[in-house]
Formats: sequence, structure tokens, C-alpha cells
Amino acid sequence: MSRQTTRFDAKKVNSELLTLTYGSFVTQMLRDYENVDDVNKQLERIGYNMGMRLIEDFLARTSATRCLEMRETADKIQNAFRMYLNVQPTIANWSAAGDEFSLIFDNNPLTDFVELPQDLTNLRYSAILCGCIRGALEMVQLEVQCWFVQDQLKGDNNTEIRVKFIRRLEDAIPAGED
Amino acid sequence: MIIYGVYIVSKSGGLIFNHDHNIPRIENEKTFSYPIDLVLDYDPKKVSVVFGQKDGINVGHVLVSINGIMANGGTLEDGRDVKAVIEDANNYPLNLKFSRPRMTTNEKIFLASMFYPLFAIASQLSPEPKSSGIEVLEADTFTLHCFQTLTGVKFMVIAEPHQTGLDILLRRIYELYSDYVLKNPFYSLEMPIRCELFDNKLQALLEQVEKGTTALIEK
Repeated sequence: MSRQTTRFDAKKVNSELLTLTYGSFVTQMLRDYENVDDVNKQLERIGYNMGMRLIEDFLARTSATRCLEMRETADKIQNAFRMYLNVQPTIANWSAAGDEFSLIFDNNPLTDFVELPQDLTNLRYSAILCGCIRGALEMVQLEVQCWFVQDQLKGDNNTEIRVKFIRRLEDAIPAGED
Repeated sequence: MIIYGVYIVSKSGGLIFNHDHNIPRIENEKTFSYPIDLVLDYDPKKVSVVFGQKDGINVGHVLVSINGIMANGGTLEDGRDVKAVIEDANNYPLNLKFSRPRMTTNEKIFLASMFYPLFAIASQLSPEPKSSGIEVLEADTFTLHCFQTLTGVKFMVIAEPHQTGLDILLRRIYELYSDYVLKNPFYSLEMPIRCELFDNKLQALLEQVEKGTTALIEK
């Protein structure tokens, strides 16, 4: 495992670079679409497409095995956030059925220098994260729903992403895996 | 370690990448006099040796050229019919060149899609529940190692027989794939891989592997 961590360090970049790039990206989209709901939708869609590709990177680096239980999935998502954003969300608020949990972030690197203007209170600034989780899990045959419950940008104490298991995509499971 | 080829099959079973590596090219040229002492099969697509193996020209080899003129299936490059040329006694002595047949891209796509159900059948035939598909396939001239990712992409490496340590190589190829193919914004998922960077990195990795297995650990 030491090999992988050293490889990671070599590729580290300053998170401010990501924060600023993402910020300019969102503002450009606001200019292009002029409609906050469309921007929310597009951010989520872009995240979904990113997740579909990023999952391979995650699997190739961590040699993770298939999750057969939501708690395992939650652990891996937490791990992925540490790998890609260098933040470790807390996993909390499990539903009684064990099919729903929250990822709670003390700070969200995407929003480091961000203040939402009055007229953009509907904007889900970090919607890309939800899309990413959804896209990545879909590639490993888990259908989930993913949305923001709390957002520090909107005055809440924490940022909270809720993840809800919908179903396993049985017919998409590759042969020799089911 | 000698690697003969690398193949990547997408989730839906299509061949999205193939790379031939280090396949020895066997070619033999010989001057024949009439009548020719080889039994040839004149197929419109290729002329192959059916019987009468000698001097390195083996059964199964295909005709490449006559007197230096390339044969394109059943016809020569100058338009003459191969069969007519070979059967005409006035043309002799003839200089014929034979070589081992090479797989065309179409044949490779065909074989890759054939491996896909075999892999699935293997997991269903298994006496134990929850079996994986084919991971290693051995023959007297090669071994095929297959690694399926959790997302369903298959990576295959064909190497010389009784070769070990290929699972590490497959994982490294997976890493290259996730870096140089999936992070390429101009690559669309499930489509054939045409990424030069990936080709280069793969080539470098295979060369490194052929020097010795220990080199695998280094990036």
C-alpha cells in the first residue's frame, strides 16, 4: 500500500486551484444558462459523467471489492472523498432500515471562498458532488438517490449530503460477479 | 516474460482495444519448379497450404507473394489470378513467399466477442456457487489471463505458457486505462480506444515487464 500513497503525494495539487477552477466554472454556467434550475441540473449531470469515469480510477488504485452492504459503501465513499478532495466526511444519521445515510462535511473545499448572492439562494453550488456519487455507484450496479440536506453556503452549520439506496441493478451485474 | 498481446473488452462485450506485441513474424521464400509439390487451397480471401509441409513452409501458412509481387487474397497485385499463375507450367520457376497468417481486426473483434459468452458460461458451469468467470486459459503455446473489473470491463493478456505474475500486470494496465483513457475528455465510454498516450504508456510498461518481473513494482 505504501506504493500507492507515495504515488498520490506526487500528484497532489493545491486545493485552491480546484476551488477557483470550479468557481469560475459555475459562474460561467450561470452566465450561459441564466436560470438557476438549469445550472443545478447541468452540474448534477456533469458530476454524473465524472463519477462514471472516476470510479475506475478509484477501483484501480484501491483494489476495492464489491460492496454487499450499504455500510461498506458508505466507508468507501468516505475513503474516496479523502482520496480526491482530502476531506473526510462523517457518516451519520442512518435510517432504521440501513438504506440511507448522511455524509457530513465540516468544510467543503469546493466552497472555500464562496458567498452566495441573495438572488441565487436556489443554486445548489456543489451539486456536482451528488452527481458524482450517483454516477460512480451506478457503474458498480448500485442505484442511489443523492441530495443536499444542509449547506453551509445557506447558513447551515454543516454541509450534509444524504445518500439513499434505491436498488441493485441486477441485470447490469457482469457475468461471474453475481 | 514474453507478452503476445493485450486486449480490452467493454462491458457490453465489444473489443475496444487490441495491441499486438512481439509476435515473431515467420516468412519463408522458396523457388519452385513445375509441378509444385505443395497442395494449396485457393480461397478467394487467401491461398493457404493444405498439405506438403517442408522447409519451414507449414500447413496453414498463407501465400504472401509470387516473384515479389504481393498476393492480395486470390489475386495478385497486378490483377492476375493466383491459381492461374501457379498452374501454368510456362511461368516456372516461380518464387513463392509464405508466411504465418495474421489475424485481421475483424477476426479479433469476432474472437473477443466469442470469449465473452465463454466467460459467462464458465461462471455458470461451476459446481460451486458464486464463481468468477475464466481467469486463466492455458494452451501449449500460450496462456490467456483475464481480469474483470467490478464495472465489467475485461482486460486480457496473452503471454507465453506457464507465465506467472500477469495479474500484477493486468492491474497496472487497469491503472493506465483509468488514467489515460477515462481521463481523456475526448474519449467516450464503450467506444474503441484511440489514445496515443495510452498506447505509449502501455508499450513502455510491456517493455519494462519483459525485462523482468521485479520492474513491475516501479512506476
